[in-house]
Amino acid sequence: MSALMTAERAGTMTGRRAGGVGMLDALHAEWTKLRTVSGPSWLLLGIVALTVTVSVAAVGATSCPASMRCAVDPAKLSLAGVQFGQAVVAILAVLTLCNEYSTGMIKVTLTAMPRRLEMYAAKAIITAGVVLLAGAVAVLGSVLAGNLILPGHGFTTARGFHPVSLSYGPVLRAAGGSVLYLALIALLSLGIAAIVRDSAVSIGAALAVLYLFPIMLAFVTDPTWKHRLDRWTPTNAGLAIQATTGVRNLPISPWDGLGVLAIWAGAALLLGGLALRFRDA
Amino acid sequence: MTTGTVSVPRAHAAADAGRAGFGLLLRSEWTKFRTVRGWVIGMFIAALLTVFVGLFAAGNGSSNCQTNNVVLHGKACLPYIPHGPGGEVVTDSFNFAHQPLTGNGSITVRVLSLSGAHPDFGSNGGVPAGGSGPTLTPGLMPWSKAGIIIKQDTKQGSAYAAMMVTSSNGVRMQYDYTGDIAGLPGSVSAARPRWLRLTRAGDSVTGYDSADGTHWTKVGTVQLTGLPATVQVGMFATAPNYTQTSTSFGGSSNQGAPSQATGVFGDVTASGTPAGGTWAATAVGGGGPMTGQGVAAGQAGPSAGPRAAGFTHAGRTFTVTGSGDIAPVVAGAASSLPTATIEQSLAGAFIGLIAIVVVAAMFFTAEYRRGLIRTTLAATPRRGQVLAAKAIVAAAAAFVVGLVASVVAVSLGVPLERNNGSVVLPVSALTEVRVVVGTAALLAVAAVFAVGLGAILRRSAAAVTLAVATVVLPFLLAALNILPSGPAAWLLRITPAAGLAIQQSVPPYHQVASVYSPAGGYYPLPPFAGFAVLCCWAAAALALAYVVLRRMDA
Repeated sequence: MSALMTAERAGTMTGRRAGGVGMLDALHAEWTKLRTVSGPSWLLLGIVALTVTVSVAAVGATSCPASMRCAVDPAKLSLAGVQFGQAVVAILAVLTLCNEYSTGMIKVTLTAMPRRLEMYAAKAIITAGVVLLAGAVAVLGSVLAGNLILPGHGFTTARGFHPVSLSYGPVLRAAGGSVLYLALIALLSLGIAAIVRDSAVSIGAALAVLYLFPIMLAFVTDPTWKHRLDRWTPTNAGLAIQATTGVRNLPISPWDGLGVLAIWAGAALLLGGLALRFRDA
Repeated sequence: MTTGTVSVPRAHAAADAGRAGFGLLLRSEWTKFRTVRGWVIGMFIAALLTVFVGLFAAGNGSSNCQTNNVVLHGKACLPYIPHGPGGEVVTDSFNFAHQPLTGNGSITVRVLSLSGAHPDFGSNGGVPAGGSGPTLTPGLMPWSKAGIIIKQDTKQGSAYAAMMVTSSNGVRMQYDYTGDIAGLPGSVSAARPRWLRLTRAGDSVTGYDSADGTHWTKVGTVQLTGLPATVQVGMFATAPNYTQTSTSFGGSSNQGAPSQATGVFGDVTASGTPAGGTWAATAVGGGGPMTGQGVAAGQAGPSAGPRAAGFTHAGRTFTVTGSGDIAPVVAGAASSLPTATIEQSLAGAFIGLIAIVVVAAMFFTAEYRRGLIRTTLAATPRRGQVLAAKAIVAAAAAFVVGLVASVVAVSLGVPLERNNGSVVLPVSALTEVRVVVGTAALLAVAAVFAVGLGAILRRSAAAVTLAVATVVLPFLLAALNILPSGPAAWLLRITPAAGLAIQQSVPPYHQVASVYSPAGGYYPLPPFAGFAVLCCWAAAALALAYVVLRRMDA
C-alpha cells in the first residue's frame, strides 16, 4: 500500500516536473512577487485614496438649491472618483509586468515558468483580483460619501432623488459595476503593457487610451460622432454602468457598455498574449 | 564618487574648454536623442496625434438646415454675421427709435423704467404649448439694457457710442461693441430715474449721466474714427438671450432663447436733428420685441404678427421694446451662434503632450536604467551641464515637432471649422502667432518639466505618472466639470496645467454673460501668466533635479 502511494506521489512529482509548474504555482509565484515589494501596496492604497478623495470632493462641491431642478445622477456623482482611481489602476497593472522587463526579472520568471501564457494568465488573475478588492473598498467609500453628504445638499428623497444606498437596485449595479470596471481597466492596461513592454510608454499609452476619448467628447459637437464615441470607446461606454437616472436614454445600456469595455480589455489581453508568446523576452 | 574626484582638477584646468565643451555636450545629447528609434517614433506619434485629434475636433460638427425643401450643409446654414469696426464678430440686434443727426449735436433723456420678459423653461422646457411662441414671464437678464445711442447708420456692425441703464450693472457707457465704462451704480425706477446724455463733436462722443437732471457727471469720451456727417441718434432697448446652463458631472448643457427689454423714456430732447423731425423705429438686426404669450400688453405692444414694432409714445413719454444684444460674440457652449475658435483645432496638443512627456522623461531615466549615466558623467563631470544639455535638446525637439504640428493643425483645421458652419472668431495675426507658437512652446516647456522630473525620480514610470498627473489631470478635472468651477479654476491657476492658457485666443467680456469655462476655451489666468506658471514649475523641477544630481550618487 505504502509503496503504491509513494509511487503515485513520485508519479505526480515527475509529471509536474515534466510540465514545468502548474497554474496554482504560477498564481502563487505572482502573488508572492506582488506581496513582497512595497510598490503595489502603495498603489493599491493610492487607488482607494484617490477614488474616495475625488468622490468626496465632487459630492461635497455639488448642491441642488431648492429653487432649481437638478439634472444630477447622485450615484454617478458619488462614483466620480472612479475616473481618477482608474489612472492608478492602470499604473499598477502596467508595472506588474513592465517592472519585470526593466529589472531583467522577466528572464528569471520565464526560466522558472517557460509557459509564458500561464505566467501571463496568473498575472492577469492576481492583478484583477487585487484591483477588485481595492476597487470594492474605494467604491464602498465613495457610496458611503454620497449616502452621507448628498441628502444634506438638497438631494433628498422628497425631491425625487433615490438615496445612494446599496439596497436600491440601480445603485448596487452602479457600484458593483464600477468595481468590475476597474478590474477591466486593469486587464486592458496589462494587455497594453504586454504589447509595449516599456513602463513609461505603457503608462503613457494606457493613460492616453483612458482619457483621450472623454476629452474628445468635450470637443466633439457632431451628434453622430458623439453617439459613436459614447458607444464604442472603452471609458465612455464602460462608465455607462454608473448611470442610475435616465437609463433608457443612454447611448448604450449599462451592461452593454461594460461589455464594450470587456471587448477592449479582451482584445488588448489577446494582442499582449500573442506578443508575449511570439516575441523574444 | 569617482566622478567627483575626477571633476575637481578638470574643473579648474579646463575652464576655457568649458564653453566648447557644452557645444560638444549638446551634440552628444542630440545624438543620443535622435539615435533611439523609439523616441523618434514617439515624437512622430506626438505630432500625428496633435494633428489628427485636432482636425477631428475641428471638423466633426457639420450642421444641416433646410430652406425651400433644399437641404443645406455647413456654412450655407449661417445667417448674416455682422462684424464690428474692430473686426470682431458681434451681435447687433436692438429696437431703435431714431432720427438723423447732422454735424454736432446731442440727445438727453430721462429713463423712467426698465422691464423685460423671458421665456419660461420651468414648466415645459420652453417648448411652446400652442405653437405660437414661447410662454413669457416677466424678468430681466443682468445685461438687459435701454438708453440712448449715436450710431453711424442702422446697419448691423456699424460704429456707435451709447449711454444705457442695465438691470444689474448700473449705468454704462458702451461703444464699438467691446468698450464698456461704468457710470452711476444701482438700478432705475420711477422713484429713482436716470438721466442720460450723449454729445457728438466731430468724431468724438461724450457720455454723461445724472440722478436729477441738473448735476451731470461725465462718464467718458470715445473716438469713433470716420464717423460720417450724418449719423442716427435715438433711444434703444435690447436684452440678451435668456440661457439656463445646467452644469452636471461630465458636461454642461445649455438652453437659451431670446428675451426682451422695455425702456420707458421721458423728457427727450435732441439737438442737431431736423426741425420737427419725428422718431421712427427700426428693428436693427431683427431686434424688435418678441411675439409670445402672457406678456402684458403695455410691455410688448401688439403681440400679433412676427416682430411687432415695439415703439409707442404718449405725449413726451416713449416706450421702446427690443431683443438681441449690442455686444461681441463670445465662444463657448452658451454662445448664441455656433462659434469656434482657432485653438479648437489645437485640441490634439493635449494628447500630443502625453507622448512628448513620455519621451522627455525617458530621455533622462533611460540613462539610469542602462547604467549609461556613469559613462555620461565620466565624460562630462559637470552634472549641471548634462542636465542643461538634456533639457535644451528635449525642449528644442518638442518645440520643432509642436510647431510643425500646430501650423498644420491650424491651417487645415480652421477651414474645416468654417466649412462646417461654425463662426470662427477672428483674431489678430499676432494672436494667431501667439497661439500657434505658444502651443509649441507649451510642449517644449512641458518636455523640460518632464526631463527635470526624470532626473529627480530616476524612474520613468514615476516621472511619466507625475508629469501626466500634474499637466493633464487638472485640465480634465476642470473641463469635464468633475470639480465645481471654483476649485477647478484654482487648479488651473497653480498647477502646470495653467500653461494651457497660452492657447486661449479670444478674451472674455464681462459685459457679456456667458459660461467662461476651460471647456469653452477660457482659462482663469491670462495667456502669458498661465504660461509663466508652467515655466516656474519647469524651472523648479530643473533646480531640484540639479540639487539631486549634485548631491546623490549616480
